[in-house]
Amino acid sequence: MMGRQEVLDKVRAALVDVVAQEQDSALAPALGRGRSIAPHPAMTESIGASQAPAQDTPPQWEYGQPTAVHDVAELFIDRVVDYKATVERAATEAEIPALVARMLASAGALTCALPAGLDAAWIADGAAAGVQMRWDDPPLSKEELNTISAVVTAASSGMAETGTIVLDHRADQGRRILSLLPDTHVCVIRADQIVTDVPEAMARQEASLRAGLPITWISGPSATSDIELSRVEGVHGPRNLYVIVVG
Amino acid sequence: MRTNEKSRASATLVTPASAPVRRTPAPPAERMIDAPPFPENVKNYINNEQLRANMRHATHTIRAKRSAVAAELPNWEELRTAAEDIKNHTARHLDYYLEQLEANLIKNGAQVHWASDAAEANRIVIALVQAKGVDEVVKIKSMVTQEIELNEALEAAGIAAWETDLAELIVQLGHDRPSNILVPAIHRNRDEVREIFLREMKLYGKAAPEDLDNDPKNLAAAARLHLREKFLRAKVALSGSNFCVADNGTLVIVESEGNGRMCLTLPETLISVTGIEKLVPTIADLEVVLQLLPRSSTGERMNPYTSMWTGVTPGDGPQEVHVVLVDNGRSKVLADTTGREVLRCIRCAACMHACPIYERVGGHPYGSVYPGPIGSALTPQLRGFNSAIDKSLPFACSLCGACAEVCPVKIPLPDILVYLRHRVVEEKKRGHLGLEQTLIGFFGWVMSKGRRFGRFGTMAGLARRVLGKEYLRSLPSLGKRWTASRDLRMPPKSSYRKLWKKRARRKGGA
Repeated sequence: MMGRQEVLDKVRAALVDVVAQEQDSALAPALGRGRSIAPHPAMTESIGASQAPAQDTPPQWEYGQPTAVHDVAELFIDRVVDYKATVERAATEAEIPALVARMLASAGALTCALPAGLDAAWIADGAAAGVQMRWDDPPLSKEELNTISAVVTAASSGMAETGTIVLDHRADQGRRILSLLPDTHVCVIRADQIVTDVPEAMARQEASLRAGLPITWISGPSATSDIELSRVEGVHGPRNLYVIVVG
Repeated sequence: MRTNEKSRASATLVTPASAPVRRTPAPPAERMIDAPPFPENVKNYINNEQLRANMRHATHTIRAKRSAVAAELPNWEELRTAAEDIKNHTARHLDYYLEQLEANLIKNGAQVHWASDAAEANRIVIALVQAKGVDEVVKIKSMVTQEIELNEALEAAGIAAWETDLAELIVQLGHDRPSNILVPAIHRNRDEVREIFLREMKLYGKAAPEDLDNDPKNLAAAARLHLREKFLRAKVALSGSNFCVADNGTLVIVESEGNGRMCLTLPETLISVTGIEKLVPTIADLEVVLQLLPRSSTGERMNPYTSMWTGVTPGDGPQEVHVVLVDNGRSKVLADTTGREVLRCIRCAACMHACPIYERVGGHPYGSVYPGPIGSALTPQLRGFNSAIDKSLPFACSLCGACAEVCPVKIPLPDILVYLRHRVVEEKKRGHLGLEQTLIGFFGWVMSKGRRFGRFGTMAGLARRVLGKEYLRSLPSLGKRWTASRDLRMPPKSSYRKLWKKRARRKGGA
């Protein structure tokens, strides 16, 4: 723990000018030297009020604001297609099983991993068509998952502007490894789960993060531009991404 | 690219019989900090036409993509200002946020370690890996681990660190060094990559297919196969972090390929090494930086994968999670009230892609893991101004300002480089005075008194009369550097002061 004290001491020594400025402005707020803008959100839930950072340099930013998007679901679909993913829109939940089956067939999937909490109705058609369904209950080993060709998951939310799917890995989305090792990922997202852009989505994810859940953002299939900056879809993550937007 | 040729030759000479055998491909033997000063070092690169063509293509492509997606957001400038404010605020209270991050990490089952310098950070990581009884780790691309030279420290301890990012793999297998923080193999073209894969992959794991061609799609597929067995086998993964959220203990990594997700998910133990400047105060702050980073770096609306994790998640991913907080000179940078602005950097690489100098020489001549404008502004501050390369880096810039315009956290890079030039000169003045300092000192003395300056003008005019020339075509010794490419104009016969006096006399007389 020597390193800890040393680092913190050096950081504090480096910030003497900040401390001095703050004492100045604390002594003379009436003279207008202290800034009276809203505090950074961090300060509203600080660990101990006595050591909370003073209200300086608050960001000039309104958090969690939606952006102006005419049709959130349509923009989401456009942007996801732009990443070379395959997207289908289902009018009602009843259409999901047939779409899932069609996507699994088009990817040539013989086996499919399923999160323990997935709606079993979604995969009924696929199973009937002969795809071997493997529930992650008890948990599948990484060696098993490495031989399974596809996975079907739900989603937690979506962002239209960036074409991003958010998983918070609850029971209907499964452990992180589930949507990683199989080469094909079929993801079902409800239209009402899609928001405009990052700020709105971030606000929605806050509760999951506070609960300690891991979060994965997926924007198209795995890709690289590392060789001459020419984009190649599919490196380590799933090379085929299929998305069903419901509603 | 002399260094690469040399190390490549020596690497092929090493056979299993002529131990000591390395676990991983040997990087160039020369230490980066021993590089000659930038103006000398560029001579090894500027005439490499292949390199210049690769760099020009890459920087122009990515520049165009960046400006297109930045222009899509109507509030881009507000986002930049918000990010600047958030990072400034965090830096001003870094001690508070570091302690808050630590408390929240521990609360969520992670173990926190603190390292004052590179040696301490490497010791901590090696001890953690050894405690797991393994001799290999998989690694996500991380700038801070390059800065502390962790891979070589692990190699010396008998632990193989496998780079899993495609570009880092190309660099590692090529016995090379990264030349860009975002696209480390930006200096290599597809033919070179194919050659490296065919030659090296078989020495360190699954061989590349013998009929491998130079199609990037097939090259990426070869990397997928080569690394898949390493991902499945590894018990320990090493990562950096893009952001650490203090008020929840959440770490964030943005990536493209999925190698990051593999490392963050498959192994039992995860060790994340992170610079202490990577903090943001709250979860909400991520909405700002996660919009700026992908658009500024790869020029995408969003990078393919972003992972966030908060300590240990029971039943999902690594069940032993460590975070190593590294100072390694950052507190020294923080202490400089002007220089500290570079600590806002989120490592997007937009500045280097915009830089006309970087575009022509690539990252290697900078002698630093952080090349380009941010490297010139950050590295000398981190390492101190002691080496020849570090003293030269603030001058590796034409002050055109393109970098500052694209920086997503609004670091005024040209201003900082000018300031650092001043620091280099101040440092020089403290040592013995060179010719430049002596001359400047002399002129300072001359110009400090009006009469003295007047006499100097008279004497300069006299010299002109004595030599009888308007231009000097060649000067001896050091002066030759000036006259090699231009003539030196002699001072006028009469000084301005004299002319002025004459004029006053005439007017007075009239």
